[in-house]
Amino acid sequence: MFAYVVKRLISGVLVVTLVSIAIFLLFWYGPSSPAQPICDRETSNRCSAAKLEIYERTLGYDNPVYEEYGKYVKGIFVGRTLTIASNEYDCSAPCLGLSFRTKQPVKEELVSRIPATFSIAIGGAFLYLLFGVPIGVAAARRRGTVADKALVSSFLFISSIPYYLFALLTWLYLTITFEVPFFSDTGYFPITQDGPFKWFSGLFLAWVALGIFGCTQYTRFTRGAMVEALSEDYIRTAKAKGLPTRTIVYRHGLRAALVPVVTIFGIDFGTLLAGTIFTERIFEVQGIGWWSLEAVQGRDLPVVQATALFSAVVLIISNLLVDVVYSVLDPRVRLS
Amino acid sequence: MTSVPMTQSSAADRDAHDGPYLQVEDLKVTFPTQDGPVTAVQGLTYSVEKGKTLGIVGESGSGKSVSSMAVMGLHDAKSAQISGSIRVGGTEVVGLSESKMRDLRGNSMAMIFQDALAALHPFYKIGGQLEEAYLVHHSSASKRDARRKAIEMLDRVGIPQPDRRVDDFPHQFSGGMRQRAMIAMGLINDPSLLIADEPTTALDVTVQAQILDLLQDLQREFNSAVIIITHDLGVIAEMADDVLVMYAGRCVEYGTTKQILTAPEMPYTWGLLSSIPDVSASTDARLIPIPGNPPSLLRPPSGCSFHPRCVHSDKVPGDLCSTQLPELLPASSGTAHLKRCHLADPVGVYQSEVLPEIAPELVDELSEETR
Repeated sequence: MFAYVVKRLISGVLVVTLVSIAIFLLFWYGPSSPAQPICDRETSNRCSAAKLEIYERTLGYDNPVYEEYGKYVKGIFVGRTLTIASNEYDCSAPCLGLSFRTKQPVKEELVSRIPATFSIAIGGAFLYLLFGVPIGVAAARRRGTVADKALVSSFLFISSIPYYLFALLTWLYLTITFEVPFFSDTGYFPITQDGPFKWFSGLFLAWVALGIFGCTQYTRFTRGAMVEALSEDYIRTAKAKGLPTRTIVYRHGLRAALVPVVTIFGIDFGTLLAGTIFTERIFEVQGIGWWSLEAVQGRDLPVVQATALFSAVVLIISNLLVDVVYSVLDPRVRLS
Repeated sequence: MTSVPMTQSSAADRDAHDGPYLQVEDLKVTFPTQDGPVTAVQGLTYSVEKGKTLGIVGESGSGKSVSSMAVMGLHDAKSAQISGSIRVGGTEVVGLSESKMRDLRGNSMAMIFQDALAALHPFYKIGGQLEEAYLVHHSSASKRDARRKAIEMLDRVGIPQPDRRVDDFPHQFSGGMRQRAMIAMGLINDPSLLIADEPTTALDVTVQAQILDLLQDLQREFNSAVIIITHDLGVIAEMADDVLVMYAGRCVEYGTTKQILTAPEMPYTWGLLSSIPDVSASTDARLIPIPGNPPSLLRPPSGCSFHPRCVHSDKVPGDLCSTQLPELLPASSGTAHLKRCHLADPVGVYQSEVLPEIAPELVDELSEETR
């Protein structure tokens, strides 16, 4: 197990390296000079060829690409001093570059935005698991009844709405039309500054949107896995032993049905942690997702680079965790 | 309704209540489906005494498993309609409440299934699954008692190093050991009735013999009533005292193992006997399969269910076979032997047409006897 985790971590580092190279090359060989966005910004869109040349030179874009990539990687481990035009900026390790817009180290902003994104992800995932799994179990037990069919078809309807539209409608109805008290002032308010109530009420609608949408999906996953598990031979054995129905359904059925659900959840949750662009933008939560959206719109290359790298790291870690948890849940799986 | 005379029983064999431990009378199991009701079992009557073994034989879909699942109450009440009477140790279980049924299941009666790999939960240790079966019927027992009992049972069914293997998962056991563990789980509460549903089907031949021996030993030890469901007449010859041959949900022949194997009177039983490979026969001896396929239970054939596949129906005058269901009547070889067939002289047909095909050497013996 330990050897397996180490092996997976090493291959994870390799993947992150490859991702970082790919991102670096994409910007380097993009359609315009990587210095173009900052030159445009600094000169209020009057970036002459001479000025562009200055930015390219100070940012090192006239050097060979491998040399600059080397500096970038070195900066991550030991920090570096970056020069933009005539100003020097100190960027301590792990240095992910300077934001073109704020001239602040990207890492600091990234760290400051993690709590907002993680708050959304954890709260939303908590809600959809809390409701999705039990509803799925209940539907599987009443499989084929009117209640089951009504539930499955209405949930299928909800989950076929595109998520951004669903989240937008949730926000529109709950804050504008009904002006739900306390919760209409959405956004991220740090629990340490504004207290738990403000934190909770600011994120509540985002959680609800994410929770309802995720719940419809997890109900279907759980129901499917549960229907399959309950038709297995070992369920008949459990019944033949004289076990009570609750034990049969939960200890024998759900235990087996959880394995595929946990697998999907691991991947899903990793995606949420990497940033929920729609949720954050619609509910005005200053998280990583919204930040990356702004960075793309503002052509803030170092920020885009950093958020892409961050997603890669989060997804690799969550995949590794899924595999480890899987081997714990299913004794037949041996990690090697 | 036809009634089956009880097989001979000595007074010593009797339990606290009168009569055989399991008594099934006029059992009928119907499943409503989208294409209409399917009657998987009907008019089934049999009984098993403690210490005795009843073998139920028949093809897939003949109602063997369905009838035994009905005894265990394992059918979903919403999808199966059960009528008739099933008495286990004097208790009527048809219509019994679920909680009372639960007390019987795994306790007074237990069932072991074919394919133990699928029938054991893949995520729980063997020991845990045995302990669970014990604890559910011994609420005052401690976890440690249950574990000791589990190890004891694993030892009893011949698992080597039971105190270590008790912590293995099912996938770490071999096929034969899994079936042994399954048997241990079935017997852990010392049931008076054990139903073994094709317990050796998924095993290779040498292991099959070991498992059958084990079942016989355990039956002698626990003095339980045993039903063994199989399509293998070899298993029947080895294990059973009485045999029930099922076809299309009905009993077509019933008698002692000797009667069924040496003097069968129903063409379907002849067909089963003809399709057994014989190791001692010459290699060019023919296996004679039963022509055709098992009938659809949704639209069962008129008259005798077997008539479309029966090669002897031309010996019955008129179209009796295709219009009238034969009654289950006493056969010529003895009072306990019942058969469901219109043939006027089944013994003659068997000796002159069937026996020469399947066991020519027996014909000679027979003719010597008569001479």
